Amino acid sequence: MTSLHLHDVRVTIGTTPVVTGVSLTAPSGGRVGIVGPNGSGKSTLLRAVYRHLPLAGGSITVGDEDLWALTPRRAAQLVAALPQETRSDFDVTVWEMAAMGRTPHKRPFAADTDRDVAAVADALTHTGVAHLAGRRYATLSGGERQRVLLARALAQQTPVLVLDEPTNHLDVRHQFDLLDLVTSAKTTVVAALHDLNLAAAYCDHVYVLAEGRVVADGPPYEVLTPRLIREVFGVDAHVTSVPGSGAPHLILRPPEGGPTTR
Amino acid sequence: MSGPPRPAGPPGERPNDRLGERPGRGSAEHPGDRLGGLPGKRSAVLPRPPRRRVVLGACAVLGGLLVVGLAASVMLGSVAVPADTVARVLMRHLTGQGEPTWSVSQDTVVWNLRLPRALLAALVGAGLAVSGAATQALVRNPLADPYVLGLTYGAAVGAVAVTVTGVAPLGGASAGVAAFLGALGAFAVVYALARTGGALAPLRLVLSGMAVTYALSGVTSFLVLRADDPGTTHSVLFWLFGSLAEANWASLGLPAVVLAATMAALLAQARPLNALLLGDETAAGLGVPAARLRRHLFLLVALLTGVMVALAGGVGFIGLIVPHAARLLVGSDHRRLLPVAALAGAAFLVLVDIAARTALHPQELPVGVVTSVIGAPLFLWLVHTRARETTGL
Repeated sequence: MTSLHLHDVRVTIGTTPVVTGVSLTAPSGGRVGIVGPNGSGKSTLLRAVYRHLPLAGGSITVGDEDLWALTPRRAAQLVAALPQETRSDFDVTVWEMAAMGRTPHKRPFAADTDRDVAAVADALTHTGVAHLAGRRYATLSGGERQRVLLARALAQQTPVLVLDEPTNHLDVRHQFDLLDLVTSAKTTVVAALHDLNLAAAYCDHVYVLAEGRVVADGPPYEVLTPRLIREVFGVDAHVTSVPGSGAPHLILRPPEGGPTTR
Repeated sequence: MSGPPRPAGPPGERPNDRLGERPGRGSAEHPGDRLGGLPGKRSAVLPRPPRRRVVLGACAVLGGLLVVGLAASVMLGSVAVPADTVARVLMRHLTGQGEPTWSVSQDTVVWNLRLPRALLAALVGAGLAVSGAATQALVRNPLADPYVLGLTYGAAVGAVAVTVTGVAPLGGASAGVAAFLGALGAFAVVYALARTGGALAPLRLVLSGMAVTYALSGVTSFLVLRADDPGTTHSVLFWLFGSLAEANWASLGLPAVVLAATMAALLAQARPLNALLLGDETAAGLGVPAARLRRHLFLLVALLTGVMVALAGGVGFIGLIVPHAARLLVGSDHRRLLPVAALAGAAFLVLVDIAARTALHPQELPVGVVTSVIGAPLFLWLVHTRARETTGL
């Protein structure tokens, strides 16, 4: 198990600073959620973690390894990603899609070993899509696709898993299913989540981002207060708790006095 | 459906074992929705898609087709040469065995004209198919082909410039070399236009290629009109439509070496190429630096295409249709796709060349005309089937 540390991370797109100094710690095996309004820099921050966008400053370490000092291949042995959108105009089968998770483990010309096959089979089985192995990815439903993509990330067998809005476009049931699968994987998880209640239910620790920096962090029930939600999201919230688990549950409504944008 | 009963836990205390908190929830209530989703349960017996046999079968059939095509190509033509004579001529030249029982002209036709031409057809077909497959992955568009990079017209301008100006510092090879340089020049312009902040954006690359192609086609027309001489017109037609008529033994070494080297380099990057199909962001997460890979492989593809175009002119549609057909056969995994596309391209162009030489005998059609006649309807059909698939109808 390995922890993930972000120290004063800055990311600039073009000339626009989008992430302006984020420090974040995901302890080994922890489930860390990142919430924040649209444009707060959640996705951009995660993209720097899976090395799609370069750092403009700061550092990212996995265990004691500096992620950006490694080769791309080595870095992808430590961090697997489930980006927001994976689509392809090419025919790729479910098996092939999941097997791409083995990419960072393979040298040029290396054939698939039994270990690779087992890793892919286990991942597909774990996410409950093994029976779809021969199907074309493009023909799957949204819920199935997301589970196949999760299988790909799991087949990568990394200590850290990064998810960007993994529950987008999923119905309620599939949202729970997917996050159940994620949390039952034995990895350190960092996930950007839109749904505050899902973040509250599934994360041990939540970071709230606004305008490229962290404005609050802590356990969900400490962080997700009506006041903070009013400040950051501009909506009114009433906090109750989920019967049985005690996780905080937010009832949201438009702010009094009509629509506002901060 | 209840909410997730996941305890957030008091500060500093994280429940570690979250497995089986809701045992059997998914499978019990939605049978078939979540099969065997228990973490850690091994299932190494899961059947893999049975494509290995398909690949071997495809290779065997295509390889057979290639051999038959090569044989037919050497036998058929204005003067038919019987198979046994062909075999004995080849035997004589390869091993020095056997007494010549055939005429000198038969010897020349088989060994000096038809065989190098058939082999060049195979090399060019394979090369264009491979560069097509790679181009489609690099611009992430299954309907792209190497000519979207503007290479054909670059080659045409180079060759025509040599013909029109009469400047031929390298003698007979000048037109070919000029065509190659023209192709690379066109590629360099397209590359420079498509660069955005160090990265090659796939869409910009295709659009830049189109723009350069239009500009160079204007230049080509201008050169032809100014020259106003049948020789130049003929030369332009050669570069635009493709021809294997210039083939000789000396012209085979370079494309063979370039094809082998490019093929090896692409196969070494087969997994990263696969990752590229899913988009740059997903590729990054898989440890594949898409921008860098695209830069390197594009140069490689440009070299390969440039050499093929310089030798055989602009043989259209092979780079588009053949990789597509190969994908239908064996899927998108480049470890299987590239060899199958190479074999299919080789066999296809050898057969097309036979048709080009014999269809309107004694007149010879440019091979590019035949590939276009076959390719254009196939392309439309592919566009239609893809449109149907993506709209789910």
